[in-house]
Amino acid sequence: MTKQVQQLDRVIIRFAGDSGDGMQLTGDRFTAETAEFGNDLSTLPNFPAEIRAPAGTLPGVSSFQLHFADHDILTPGDAPNVLVAMNPAALKANLSDLPRGADIIANSDEFTKRNLAKVGYAESPLEDESLSEWRVHSVPLTSLTVKALEEFQISKKDAERAKNMFALGLLSWLYHRPVEATIKFIESKFAKKPDIARSNVAAFNAGWNYGETTEAFSVSYEIKPAKLAPGIYRNISGNQALAYGLIAASVQSGLPLFLGSYPITPASDILHELSKHKRFGIRTFQAEDEIAGVGAALGAAFGGALGVTTTSGPGVALKAETVGLAVTTELPLIVVDVQRAGPSTGMPTKTEQTDLLMALYGRNGESPIPVVAPSTPSDCFDIAVEAARIALKYRTPVILLSDGYLANGSEPWKLPEIDDLPDISVDFTTEVNGDDGTFLPFKRDTETLARPWAVPGTPGLEHRIGGIEKADGTGNISYDPNNHDLMVRLRQAKIDGIDVPDLEVDDPSGSARVLVLGWGSTYGPIAAAIRRVRRSGGQVAQAHLRHLSPFPKNIGEVLKSYDKVLLPEINLGQLALLLRAKFLVDIISYNRVRGLPFKAEELAGVIQDVIDSE
Amino acid sequence: MSELSVNGHQNGRGLALVPRAEGKQTLKDFKSDQEVRWCPGCGDYAILAAVQSFMPELGIKRENTVFVSGIGCSSRFPYYMNTYGFHSIHGRAPAIATGLAASRPDLSVWVITGDGDALSIGGNHLIHALRRNVNLNILLFNNRIYGLTKGQYSPTSEVGKITKSTPMGSLDRPFNPISLAIGAEAGFVARTLDSDRKHLQSVLREAAAHRGTSLVEIYQNCNIFNDGAFEMMKDPATRDAITVKLEHGQPIVFADQAVRLAPTGGVEVVPRASLREEEILVHDAHHPDPSLAFALSRLDEPAFAHVPIGIFRSVDRPSYDELMSNQLEAATAQKGRGSLTDLLHGGDTWRIS
Repeated sequence: MTKQVQQLDRVIIRFAGDSGDGMQLTGDRFTAETAEFGNDLSTLPNFPAEIRAPAGTLPGVSSFQLHFADHDILTPGDAPNVLVAMNPAALKANLSDLPRGADIIANSDEFTKRNLAKVGYAESPLEDESLSEWRVHSVPLTSLTVKALEEFQISKKDAERAKNMFALGLLSWLYHRPVEATIKFIESKFAKKPDIARSNVAAFNAGWNYGETTEAFSVSYEIKPAKLAPGIYRNISGNQALAYGLIAASVQSGLPLFLGSYPITPASDILHELSKHKRFGIRTFQAEDEIAGVGAALGAAFGGALGVTTTSGPGVALKAETVGLAVTTELPLIVVDVQRAGPSTGMPTKTEQTDLLMALYGRNGESPIPVVAPSTPSDCFDIAVEAARIALKYRTPVILLSDGYLANGSEPWKLPEIDDLPDISVDFTTEVNGDDGTFLPFKRDTETLARPWAVPGTPGLEHRIGGIEKADGTGNISYDPNNHDLMVRLRQAKIDGIDVPDLEVDDPSGSARVLVLGWGSTYGPIAAAIRRVRRSGGQVAQAHLRHLSPFPKNIGEVLKSYDKVLLPEINLGQLALLLRAKFLVDIISYNRVRGLPFKAEELAGVIQDVIDSE
Repeated sequence: MSELSVNGHQNGRGLALVPRAEGKQTLKDFKSDQEVRWCPGCGDYAILAAVQSFMPELGIKRENTVFVSGIGCSSRFPYYMNTYGFHSIHGRAPAIATGLAASRPDLSVWVITGDGDALSIGGNHLIHALRRNVNLNILLFNNRIYGLTKGQYSPTSEVGKITKSTPMGSLDRPFNPISLAIGAEAGFVARTLDSDRKHLQSVLREAAAHRGTSLVEIYQNCNIFNDGAFEMMKDPATRDAITVKLEHGQPIVFADQAVRLAPTGGVEVVPRASLREEEILVHDAHHPDPSLAFALSRLDEPAFAHVPIGIFRSVDRPSYDELMSNQLEAATAQKGRGSLTDLLHGGDTWRIS
C-alpha cells in the first residue's frame, strides 16, 4: 500500500499522559529529531509540581507541546493540531485546548472503566459521539507494545513502560523524523541495562512500523526544513542557555565562577548544569538555605570570584537582605530569579512575571539595582553575559529575571562565535589610590562611579567593608547626615549611569500609531501576534525591553512618539505602573495571570482592538 | 607538620596553603587606624588585644588574613584589625565566610560572632558550617546577653533571666555552645575566657593550626548588661574550684577534684583522693567518637557547677574546600580544562548553510 504524503508548513503536537508515562522524555526526543531535521521549533513543557500525583487523575497529567515549522516561528503555538493522549485524564485535561478538526491519538488500552471513572467519564469518549468534531485515532498502544516485546526477557511492567517509545516511533513515522539519534539515545540511556535498551528500541521501531504498515494511518506529513540564517545550531532550553551564559561570562571575565544555590523549582536545573562543568574551574555550592546560597556567593565575590546565586521568587525574598549588603558594599553579584507563579509557594511549575517590583524595590533602604530579563530561551545565554558585564564593570549586584516558560521551553539556537563574545575582563586594584599613600576603597571611577575591587591577598590594600554606611572615599563607618545623603545619591547615580543599549523599535511601515511594548518571556507571543495583525493589514510597532533597570535612555521618547502604548504582562501591570509613574504615559495594560504564556491569537485580538479604537 | 602545632597529632595544616610573611610582623601591623568604640570595660577589648598580639606569630601574610563578622557588639571587631575585613549581616557571617574560604584556600579566614548572632538568628549557618568543615576559625564571643540592642536575654542566658523583654524571667533553656558544636560533629571545639590572655592565645594557636572549621567559645563579660556573668571563673576565691582545664593526654584534675567515667555513662566530678590514678579520666581530644567530648561539655550542669575550658575536641578530617578543589582537579585531569567552543558545540548540532 502506498501511503499519501501531505505537505504542511507547521504542526503543533502535544504529548500528554500520566506523570509516570515519560511524556517529557518523549517530547524531548521528538524535539531533538525535529531539530536535527532542520525545522524551526519552540517547546512548552507543562507538568505538575507533584512528582507522582495519583496515577490516572487530572492533577497527575504531564504534557509537552512542540511547535515546528518550515519557517521561523516564535512560540510553542496556541492550540495543538495533534494531541497524543496516553489515558482518559490526559484527554480530558487537554481537550478544551483542541481546535475543531484536530487529530487525537488515544491509547485505547487505558480507557478502562476504572480509569474513565477516575476522571468522571460515564462512557468511553472513544466509543460515543462526544469526540465527533475531532479526528480520533484509537490505538491500543500498551498492548501493541507488550506484543512487540514478547521475545524479550523483561517483566510485563517494563514492557508496558516502553509504550511511550512506541508512541514516539509512530509520531516519528507520521512526520518523517530522522530516527538514528533517538536509537542511539535509548542505547546510551540504558547502557547499563541492555535488555531494557533493546526492548525500548524495539518498541520505538514497532511504533514506526505500525504507522508504515497498518491501515490505521493513511496519510503521513512532511514539513520542510526551515530557512534559518546560516550557521551551526543546537536546540537549547532557557535554563541550559543561562548556565552556558554564566560559564561564558566566567571565561570572558577570567574570573572563577562560584555558584551558591539552594534547590528550588524551576531554577534547580541551572545548579545541576553548572555542577557538571567543574573543569571550567566552577565551584558549585549547595547551601543549607537560600540565604547561605547568596551569602556564600557574595563572600566568594569579595574574594574575587564571579559570584552567582540562582533561585526563584521565594528564594529572592529570602536573599533580599544579602542583596542589600551587596548593594552597599558595591560588590559584583549575579542573582538569577527564574520567576514562578506566586505569592508564597504559588504554583512552582507555572510561569509568571510577577517578581519585577520585588527585584527593583524589594529591599530596605534606597537600594538601586540593575535588572535584566531575557526574551527567549536562547537569549538566556546573552543575558547572562550581559548581567556579568554590568555586575563586574559597575561593581553591583544584578538581578536577572528569567521565568518558568523560558527555563523549560526550548528553541534552536544559532551558536555564537566565541570571538564575538564581549571581553568583560576585570582589573583588580593593586595600587593605593589616596593622595597620602592610603587605599580608599570607596574612591570612585569618575566615569562609571564604580569603586575599586581590591581582593584579599593584595598587599597594602587591606580594608574593611560592611553594611553600615560608609564615608565617601575612605569607607570608614559614618553617621554623618550629609555623607549619607551623598552616598544614597551616588549609589543611585551609578546605577542610572549604566550603559544600556537604546530601545529598538520594529515598525516596518513607519506609520504605526500603536506600540506594543513587552519585557521578558512575552517576546515570542507578542511578536507572533504582531505578525498576525500585520498580515491582516494592521499597522503596529513593537519594542521589547531587556533592561528594566536602568531603562534605555531613549525609552521616554519612544513611548511618547506613539498615540497608544499597549503593554501585555503576566502580572497585574507592574511595568505599566513604573512607566506611568516615570514617563507620565497612559499605558494600556493587558494582564493575564494564569501560570501560562500568552497565546498569540489572544494577543492579536487585543492589539487589533487597540488599533480599532484609534 | 607546622611549627604551630603543639599537640601530638594536631593536623597543623590550617595555614598550609596561606603564603608566609617575608619580614617579621608586630602587633602594631595588625591595629587599624579606627577608633575602638566598645563600652569602657567591655571584655571585647581584652580579646582584641589578645588577637592583635597573637596574629604576628602565625607568620602568614597580613593581606591573606580576613575577618568576617555578623552583627552585634563583637561584630565590630573586623574594623579594628588591619587586615581585610567584612562586617556583614546578622547571623550570616559563617555563610559569607564559607564562600570566601571555599573559593580562596590561600586565605586565613576568621569569623567573629556573638551568642545572639551565632546561636539565634544564625544558628542554621553555624551548624552547617561545623558539619561541612570549611577552613574557618569561628570565634564566638559569649556574654549571655544581647548588648547592641540593649539588654534582652540571649540564647545562652540562664532560665529565669530578668531583662527588658522578660520582666518575669526568661522561659527558654539556654544552648550550651560547646554541646551544640560537638553535636554537629565539629572537628575542633574549644572554650576560653576573655581575661585569660595566655589561655586564649594558646587556644587560638591550635584553632589556626587546625584545617577545617574550628569553633572557639570565648566567655566575654558585658559590663553594662550582664556584668559578672563569669565572675565565678575569675574570682580567685572560686575560680580554681570550678574551672576544669582540659589538656590533651593529661588526667582531668582541678583543685582537689578529678573527673571519672560515671557508671551511668557520661562523666562526673569526684574528690581526687577517692580515686586511684588510673581511675582518673585522661583527656583525649583526638578521639574520633565525639561522645566523651560531649559528656565533658555537660560538666557545667547545673549551671556553672564546673566549667571546662580548653580544647574539647580536635579531630582531623578533610576540609570542604580541599575536597572541592580536589573535585575540580580530578575533573580537569580526566577530560582536560574546559573549552567554551567544545561546550557550546556539544550535544546534537546541525548546520544550515
